Amino acid sequence: MEKILVGLKRVVDYNVRVRVKSDGSDVETDGVKMSINPFDEIALEEALRIKERGEASEVIVISVGTVDAQQQLRTGLAMGADRAILVESNSPVDPLGLARTFKSIIDRDDIDLVILGKQAIDDDNSQTAQMLSAIWGRPQATFASKFDVAGNKATVTREVDAGLEVIEIDLPAVVSTDLRMNEPRYVKLPDIMKARKKPLELIAISDLGIDQGPEIKSLMFEPPLERERGVMVDDVAGLVAALKEKGLA
Amino acid sequence: MSKVLVIAEHDGAILNPSTAKTVACAASIDGASVDVAVFAATAGPIASEAAKLASIARVVTYERSENEYALAAIIAPQIVAVAGEYTHIFGPSTTFGKDLMPRVAALLGVNQISDIMSVESSHTFKRPVYAGSAIATVEAPMDAILVATVRIASYSAVTDNNSALIESGDPSVADIPTHTRFIEVKSGATDRPDLQTAVKVVSGGRALASAENFDIIYRLADKLGAGVGASRAAVDAGYVPNEMQVGQTGKIIAPDLYMAIGISGAIQHLTGIKDAGTIVAINKDEEAPIFEVADIGLVADLFTAIPELTEALD
Ligand SMILES: Cc1cc2nc3c(=O)[nH]c(=O)nc-3n(C[C@H](O)[C@H](O)[C@H](O)COP(=O)(O)OP(=O)(O)OC[C@H]3O[C@@H](n4cnc5c(N)ncnc54)[C@H](O)[C@@H]3O)c2cc1C
Ligand SMILES: Nc1ncnc2c1ncn2[C@@H]1O[C@H](COP(=O)(O)O)[C@@H](O)[C@H]1O
Repeated sequence: MEKILVGLKRVVDYNVRVRVKSDGSDVETDGVKMSINPFDEIALEEALRIKERGEASEVIVISVGTVDAQQQLRTGLAMGADRAILVESNSPVDPLGLARTFKSIIDRDDIDLVILGKQAIDDDNSQTAQMLSAIWGRPQATFASKFDVAGNKATVTREVDAGLEVIEIDLPAVVSTDLRMNEPRYVKLPDIMKARKKPLELIAISDLGIDQGPEIKSLMFEPPLERERGVMVDDVAGLVAALKEKGLA
Repeated sequence: MSKVLVIAEHDGAILNPSTAKTVACAASIDGASVDVAVFAATAGPIASEAAKLASIARVVTYERSENEYALAAIIAPQIVAVAGEYTHIFGPSTTFGKDLMPRVAALLGVNQISDIMSVESSHTFKRPVYAGSAIATVEAPMDAILVATVRIASYSAVTDNNSALIESGDPSVADIPTHTRFIEVKSGATDRPDLQTAVKVVSGGRALASAENFDIIYRLADKLGAGVGASRAAVDAGYVPNEMQVGQTGKIIAPDLYMAIGISGAIQHLTGIKDAGTIVAINKDEEAPIFEVADIGLVADLFTAIPELTEALD
C-alpha cells in the first residue's frame, strides 16, 4: 500500500459547552476553542502507525472548510503526516459533497486507504466514510477499533451493538475509527517547527466541480429540553423509599 | 402521499426491537403507508414477527444467501434496487442502521438525515447535534428520495397486534460485491436484559476501579432485573466490554429507571440518558454534574452504599 488519506475536520472542542444563539440561527462558535475532531486524531494516529510499520509510504491529511482549518492541518503535519490538502469552502459541505470531494482526490492522487472518524462531534452525522466507500465502490469498515493489514487485505474489528464484529476486506477501502482504536500521540515542539516546512496545498472546492447533491437545510436550532435537578436523599434508606414511591423498586 | 420503507434489523433469527421503534417514527408521518423490508438468508420467522407490527401495510422479504450477515456493502445495492417505489427509506440509528443507511443514500445520490427524534412534516424533522447540546430542525428537498436513521430512544415500539401481508420480493441486483466478508461477532452476551430495551439500567463508571468490583453493579442489577451499562471511562479501562458503553458514542437509551453509579456526568454520557424516566445518581462528590440532571441523588461512597442498597431491596 502506498498512500493513506486521512480526513481532519475542524470542530468545536469537545470540552466546550455549546450554546444555541439567541436567534436560533446556529450554535455559538465565535471565540470558542476549535480542535481536530477527536475521532480524526485517532484516524491519523492509526495511519501513522501503519506507515511506521512499513505498510504504507505516505500519509496525507485533508480538510474541507474555511482557511482556518489550516491550523488543524498543521497540527496533523506536526503529528507526522507528510502533506496536507485544504479544500476551501466557506459554506458547510454535507457528507455527500464531502464524499465526492474525497473521491476526486482519491482519483487524482491514487489513494489506497482512507481513514476517517466514525463521526464528527459537531453535526454527529456519522455518514461520510459510508458515503465515500459507496461512491468509490469499495469496502467500508466503520466504527473500527482494530485494523490489521496483510497484503491487499485487511482484518478489521468493529464496535457494534452486539459486541465486536470481525470482518475481512479487500483494499482499497474506507475505515472509520472508534475511540478505542488507539491513543493519539502528543505533538512535540520541534515537530511543530518541522511541520511548517511540509507542503499544504490549497484547492477551492469550486475548482473540483463537485455536485454537492440535494441539500438538507437546517431551518433552526434550539436548546434541548433540560432535565431538572431533583431531590437529594440522605442515605440508602431514603433512596429505597424514593424508589418505592415511584414504583421502581 | 408518503410511502416509507423501513429496513428491518435482525440477527438472522430474531427481529431487533429497533425495528418496531423505527416503524413508530415512520408511521408518525401524516398519512404514510409503511412497508418493512427483511433482507436475510432465511426471512421466514423474522418476517412473521415483523408482520405483527402495528401501522404497517406489508412486509417484503428479500432472501439470498449473501444476506446471511448484515454487511452494508451487500445489502445497500439491494435496497437501492427497490427504492423506486418509495418516498422515504428509514433505518434505526443503531450500529446496523448507521453503517447501512448512508451507503444507501450515497448510492441514490442524496444526503441523509441522521437520528430523527421527531417528525414535523413529511420532509421536516428534528435531530440532535453537538452531543445533544442543540436540537436542529432540518428540511430535506421534496423532489428527492429521503433516506434517514431514527433515534430509537425517542420512540416507543408500535404494538404487535397486526397481521400484515408478507410478500417475497426480488431485488434484481446482478453483481453483489464480494470485497467484504464477515468473519465473526464476539459478544459478552448475558441473560441480563438488553441495554437498549431494558426497562431498568444500572451503570457503573470509572469509580468502580476494576473489573472485579463491577460485580457489585451486576448484583444490584440482578436484584432489580436491570440491564447493565457503563461510562466510556469504565469501558476504556477494560472493566467491561464496549457494548456496554452508554452515551454519545455508545448506546443512547431510554429506560424507565437509570442508575448512574460512580459516574461524573460528562455531557457525552448525559446525551445517552436524556430520555430516561427517572435518573438516580450515586456519587461521593456532591458537586458532580450528574446531580444536576438526577431525579434522585445520593452522596455516598458506592462501595458501602451499593451493597447496602442491594441488601435493602427485596
Ligand atoms: C468524542 C468523545 C466521545 C465520548 N463519548 C462518551 C460516551 O459515549 N459515553 C461516556 O460515558 N463518555 C464518553 N466520553 C467521555 C466523557 O467525556 C467522560 O470522560 C466519561 O464519561 C467519564 O466517565 P466516568 O464518569 O466514569 O469517569 P469520571 O469522570 O472520572 O468520574 C468518576 C466519578 O466517580 C466518582 N467517584 C469516585 N470514587 C467514588 C466512590 N467510591 N463512590 C462514589 N463515587 C465515586 C467521582 O466523584 C466522579 O464523579 C467521550 C469523550 C469524547 C472526547
Ligand atoms: N469538513 C471535513 N473535512 C475533513 N474531514 C471531514 C470533514 N467532515 C467530515 N470529515 C471526516 O468524516 C468523518 C465523519 O464525519 P460525519 O459524517 O460528518 O460525522 C469525520 O470524522 C472526518 O474524518
